[in-house]
Amino acid sequence: MRNTARKIYIALIFIFLYAPIFTLMVLSFNASKTRAKWGGFTFKWYSALFQNRDIMEALVNTLLIAVISSLVATVIGTIACVSMSGMKRKTRSILLGITNIPMLNADIVTGISLMLLFISFGIRFGVGTILLSHITFNIPYVILSIMPRMKQLNPSTYEAALDLGASHTTAFFKVVFPDLLPGILSGFLMAFTMSLDDFIITHFTKGAGVDTLSTKIYTEVKKGIKPEMYALSTIIFVTVLLLLILVNMAPSGKNEKADK
Amino acid sequence: MKKKNVKTAILTVSCALTAMAALTGCGSSGGENGEVIVYNWGEYIDPETIDMFEEETGIKVIYDEFETNETMYPKVESGAASYDVVCPSDYMISKMIENDMLAELNFDNMPNAKANIGEQYYEQSKGFDPDNKYSVPYCWGTVGILYNQTMVDEPITSWAQLWDEKYADNILMQDSVRDAFMVAEKLHGFSLNTVDPEELETAKNSLIEQKPLVQAYVIDQVRDKMIGGEAAIGVIYSGEAIYTQRENPDLVYVIPEEGSNVWIDSWVVLKDAPNKENAEKFIDFMCRSDIAVKNFEYITYSTPNDAARELIEDEDIKNSEIAFPDLSQYDNLEVYVYLGEEGDALYNEMWKEVKSN
Repeated sequence: MRNTARKIYIALIFIFLYAPIFTLMVLSFNASKTRAKWGGFTFKWYSALFQNRDIMEALVNTLLIAVISSLVATVIGTIACVSMSGMKRKTRSILLGITNIPMLNADIVTGISLMLLFISFGIRFGVGTILLSHITFNIPYVILSIMPRMKQLNPSTYEAALDLGASHTTAFFKVVFPDLLPGILSGFLMAFTMSLDDFIITHFTKGAGVDTLSTKIYTEVKKGIKPEMYALSTIIFVTVLLLLILVNMAPSGKNEKADK
Repeated sequence: MKKKNVKTAILTVSCALTAMAALTGCGSSGGENGEVIVYNWGEYIDPETIDMFEEETGIKVIYDEFETNETMYPKVESGAASYDVVCPSDYMISKMIENDMLAELNFDNMPNAKANIGEQYYEQSKGFDPDNKYSVPYCWGTVGILYNQTMVDEPITSWAQLWDEKYADNILMQDSVRDAFMVAEKLHGFSLNTVDPEELETAKNSLIEQKPLVQAYVIDQVRDKMIGGEAAIGVIYSGEAIYTQRENPDLVYVIPEEGSNVWIDSWVVLKDAPNKENAEKFIDFMCRSDIAVKNFEYITYSTPNDAARELIEDEDIKNSEIAFPDLSQYDNLEVYVYLGEEGDALYNEMWKEVKSN
């Protein structure tokens, strides 16, 4: 009895979570432009999608920004974690608090304040400003996922490496870095997905003629979203899903090994 | 050890910053004759016409899109992207004029805009641009009722029928302040730009009274819901009427007898536009009849370009009462004008009362 109730409960949650996305996926195969009519099964929106120059440009922008910003954020975040671990407990917790604030802050506030900052420094809006903003909001997520790993590290291993004659750099890359790697990887993937589906911050910091997928989709609101976008959203959803599976697999795989 | 880390950190950050600066610096180099930065509604132009403009003039177009007047305004006002040409709606244009954001246009540089755009549209534009100094109409339309012949007993001709209990749960209203209040204001014969508290109170009470009959307050979904036969009557923009009728021939569009809103989206040039000359060239190009007819076919919203209308091949659409109602036949169609901050606040306050009632 309790078991069935449990199953129904879980099924309900999944239905509520995924029914909308599933509807969108089904509509991406609908030959008719309106959702009210089923015009037959088709792949034409998918092929139209790949022939649409604007959408493809936006896709390239999105991926480029996501990759570069998460890479840079990961490097900065890792360095930040390493240096924070060398600090006094009090300074560290203050710094951690400061890096956590942007995550709690509403995106729109971050977006508008970044826009105002760029304006006051006279920076020309374009891909560069989007990139800077994405790096900015990605860093806290990277720190968030590396810091716990950092705390688990045994400082003696690093010191032992130094005692055995390794230079600081060698000791870091041979001893500390491999232990941090799972955290760094999941931080990178987290940053990547955050950057991929950000809309508000991108909207405020993008320049004329530069679009990412999220801003491109949003501009279609007035005339009705085109089915090409359903096709695209399906592809994005599948991509993000795969990424999330990767994120969740990475640390757990490691733990299992450690448990053994 | 600590020192070294700090050094590396500073080095990396400064490297990253230099790279960013380099990236931001090298923006567009422009075409041989410079560039023009256009900010238009999403899906509101045939992309081919932009290519044609670039080819013919050697001016590079940097094209950007917005989704509502309200999201466009702060971006333009902040100067974040320094646009040249923007295409806002009527009431937003009057707000921009009031805030001194627009440049006066020189119509001598735009022969197509002078010759091809119908006189009646300039006349109608005076509602928000009194001297026709700042704007060139690009798209226009009316707001009316779309109804499903098979689901109503008699032809719909009046806003009052949206209050008929027969159609309870079969009515779709627009989920935006001005469009919703417009219906109630016209029902009582008020101006749709009224800020008279008493008139607004009456309109508000009517909307509250109507609320139980309304199936849903929607924006985009009117289209799909009406095509799917999910509702009998819906308030809709005329631009959508042609498309919905093509999908479902039972649908009929009318402009109610009490009058309605006529809306115009027009090209304007910003006061601090970096490429004013190119901006006028762009606007004029968009007014050329062969270009305008291409855009009409792509957008399907009515074009104010009389010369372009002559070029439409489909006779039904060319003579369609929906796409091209004769504005001179109506004396009760009004454009929205900006009501000022107080007016806006009053409307929003009342709309909140309607929605939360």
